[in-house]
Amino acid sequence: MKFTGTKNYVSTEDLSMAVNATIALERPLIIKGEPGTGKTLLAIEVAASLGMELIEWHVKSTTKASQGLYEYDAVTRLRDSQLGDERVKDIKNYIKKGKLWEAFESDKQVVLLIDEIDKADIEFPNDLLQELDRMEFYCYETGETIKAKKRPLIIITSNNEKELPDAFLRRCFFHYIQFPDRPTMEGIVKVHYPKIKKALVKDALDLFFDVRKIPGLKKKPSTSELIDWLKLLMSDELPDEILKNADTSKAIPPLYGALLKNEQDVQLLERLAFMSRREQAK
Amino acid sequence: MLINLFHTVRSAGVPCTLRELLDLLGALEKNLAFADMEDFYFLSRTILVKDEKNYDKFDRAFEIYFKGIETLEDIFEALIPEDWLRKAFEKELDPEELKKIQSLGGLEKLLEEFKKRLEEQKERHEGGNKWIGTNGTSPFGNNGNNPEGVRVGGEGGNKKAVKVWEQRQFQNLDDSVEIGTRNIKVALRRLRKFARQSADYELDMDGTIKSTARNAGILDINMIPERTNHVKVLIFFDVGGSMDPYIKLCEELFSALKTEFKHLKYFYFHNCVYESVWEDNRRRTQERFLVQDIINKYSADYKVIFVGDATMAPYEITNAGGSIEHWNEEPGGATIRRLCDHFDRVAWLNPVPDDHWDYTSSLCIIRELVDNRMFPLTLKGLEEGMAELSK
Repeated sequence: MKFTGTKNYVSTEDLSMAVNATIALERPLIIKGEPGTGKTLLAIEVAASLGMELIEWHVKSTTKASQGLYEYDAVTRLRDSQLGDERVKDIKNYIKKGKLWEAFESDKQVVLLIDEIDKADIEFPNDLLQELDRMEFYCYETGETIKAKKRPLIIITSNNEKELPDAFLRRCFFHYIQFPDRPTMEGIVKVHYPKIKKALVKDALDLFFDVRKIPGLKKKPSTSELIDWLKLLMSDELPDEILKNADTSKAIPPLYGALLKNEQDVQLLERLAFMSRREQAK
Repeated sequence: MLINLFHTVRSAGVPCTLRELLDLLGALEKNLAFADMEDFYFLSRTILVKDEKNYDKFDRAFEIYFKGIETLEDIFEALIPEDWLRKAFEKELDPEELKKIQSLGGLEKLLEEFKKRLEEQKERHEGGNKWIGTNGTSPFGNNGNNPEGVRVGGEGGNKKAVKVWEQRQFQNLDDSVEIGTRNIKVALRRLRKFARQSADYELDMDGTIKSTARNAGILDINMIPERTNHVKVLIFFDVGGSMDPYIKLCEELFSALKTEFKHLKYFYFHNCVYESVWEDNRRRTQERFLVQDIINKYSADYKVIFVGDATMAPYEITNAGGSIEHWNEEPGGATIRRLCDHFDRVAWLNPVPDDHWDYTSSLCIIRELVDNRMFPLTLKGLEEGMAELSK
C-alpha cells in the first residue's frame, strides 16, 4: 500500500514519503502549509487512491473534543421518559456517535480527516491525546470501551492559527507543504487542465509568480487561486497578447479578482501600476 | 542505531525525544527508505521534526552528520563545477565587491587557493579564519562575513551533488524565540475569568431538577448561558526607538493577547505615556486619543498592561515639556500615576532583563510610579504579572 499521488493530485516526493510513513506506522499525520496548497484535498485523494472510505470531521471554534467521540442526548431521553416511549429503556438510543467512534467502528480501514484543528480551543488537541494514541476510548453511559477494529489513517490539517501542544505533536508525524516551485506548479496545472495551451500556462505562471513576489501583499495567491484564475482565462478565451503585455508593474493582470482576494491587495497593485505609469510618462 | 544522528539533530536544537527515534527505527524496519539518502532524509524529517520552523535546523544537522560519511572526492566534485561556481559567484557580487576581489589576485587565483586548502583540510570545520567551513571569516565557506569569500554549498542544479538538505529552503521559517505564542497564551490563561453572559443555550442540570420537582414531576427544562471568558484588558505598547530590538517579542505577545481576550483595547505610546495615545501607528499624528477620555470611558475593572522598556532620559517622565516629540503641558509621570489611580489592576511588562533594571534611572522612576508592579517580559515574569492582575 503506497501513495504516490493520483491523477488529480500531484504529490511531491517528500509528501509521498510522509503519507507512506503514516500508512506504515499508523500514526496521525499533521499537515501544515499556506492556505490553498491542497491540505484538505490530500486526505480526499489519499482515501481515493487507497480505496478507503473517508470520514471528515470539520473543526470549528466551538467544537469540543468529546463531540468527536460521542454525545449523550439527555434532554430527549428525559422527555421520552415522560411520554412513556419504549426507547427510553435503552440508553444506547440516546448516544449519538461522533466521527472518531464511526472511524473506530468501521470493519475496514478508513481515512479520518480532522480538518483545521487549530480553529478549536487550545485544549482541544490535549483532550484527544489518549484517543489518538491508543485508538480507544471509554463511553461512561454504556460502560463499554470503544477500540478501533482497524487503526484508521488519520490526517490532521492546521493553518497555524494556534500552536499545537508538544505532547500532541509527539504522537503525530508532521509535514509542511511548501509552496510548489515552478516545475511542480506546471505539473499541477497539467493535471487540472490537460488541454490548456502551453504558451498560456507559461505566461500565466510568469505573471503569477511575479504577483507573488510583490512585497506587502496581505494574502499571496496560492495554488487553488491559480487554478481558478486559469479556468477564468480559458473560458474567456483572452487573446494571448494580453497576458504577454501584462507586466505587473505596468498594469494589473486581467481578471485579477480570482488571484487577489483582498481589497487592500488590489489597491496596492493598482497603486504600484499607477506609480510605474507616472514614472514612464516623465 | 542512528543514535549519533539523533544526538546531532538534538544538539542542533530540534526538540525530538526517544519516542521519535523509536518511530524512525520502526519505519526503517518496515523498509520505508532503503539505501536511498533522499528517501531517508524525507522519512527522518517527517518523523523527527514537528514544526516547520525547525526544518532548517534539521537540514543543518543532517548535513553535518552525513558530510562525514560521503567521500571527500564527492564533495570535491560537488563544489568545483568551475563554470557553475564562477557564475553563481559573479551573480552574488555587486560591481564594488567584484573590484575587491581583484585585491586577492582575481577569481582564478581565488579558486586555485580554494582547491589547495580543500586538499589540506581533512575534516569539517566551523568558525576560525582559515579553513573551509561555516560561520568563519575565511574567504571560503558558508555564512561567513568575508566579502571576498566563496560561498560553498547552497544553490546548484546537479542533483547528485547538491542535496536537498543543503538547499536549506526553510531558512526563513526558523525563529528561535524563547517564549512562543503558545507559552504566552498558557501564561495568559491565568487571567481568564469565566462569566455567564450571552443567549441561553446550555442545559442547567440543577435548575432543571429543581423546577421539575416543583412542577410535580412534569419536565421543566432550564437553560443558562455558556461560560465565556470575561476579562477586560487595556494594553499600552511602547513603539519605536529603544523598543525596536523587542519588536518580535512584542508581536508574539500581541498575537497571543488578541486571540485570548474578547474585550481587548490597545493603544501605542512612545517612550512615556503623555496626555494622548494612538491606535494606529500609521496615523499617529491625525488620530489620537486623550488619556482622560480613556479613563472616563473604561471602568476601573479593566486590567491595564503597559509594555515598554521604560528606558529614556529621566526628564521625559518628570518634567513638563519633557517629551521628545511635542510640548507636553503635564509631565508624563503624572499621566501614568493617574492611570494607576483609576484602574485597580496594573502591570508593567518590561522586555529588559530584570538584572539590568537598577542601572537605568528612568526605569526606577517608572517602577516607583506603578508601585513596583513591573515584571520582566519572560515566561516567569509574565506569570507573576498575570497573578498580580488577577488578584
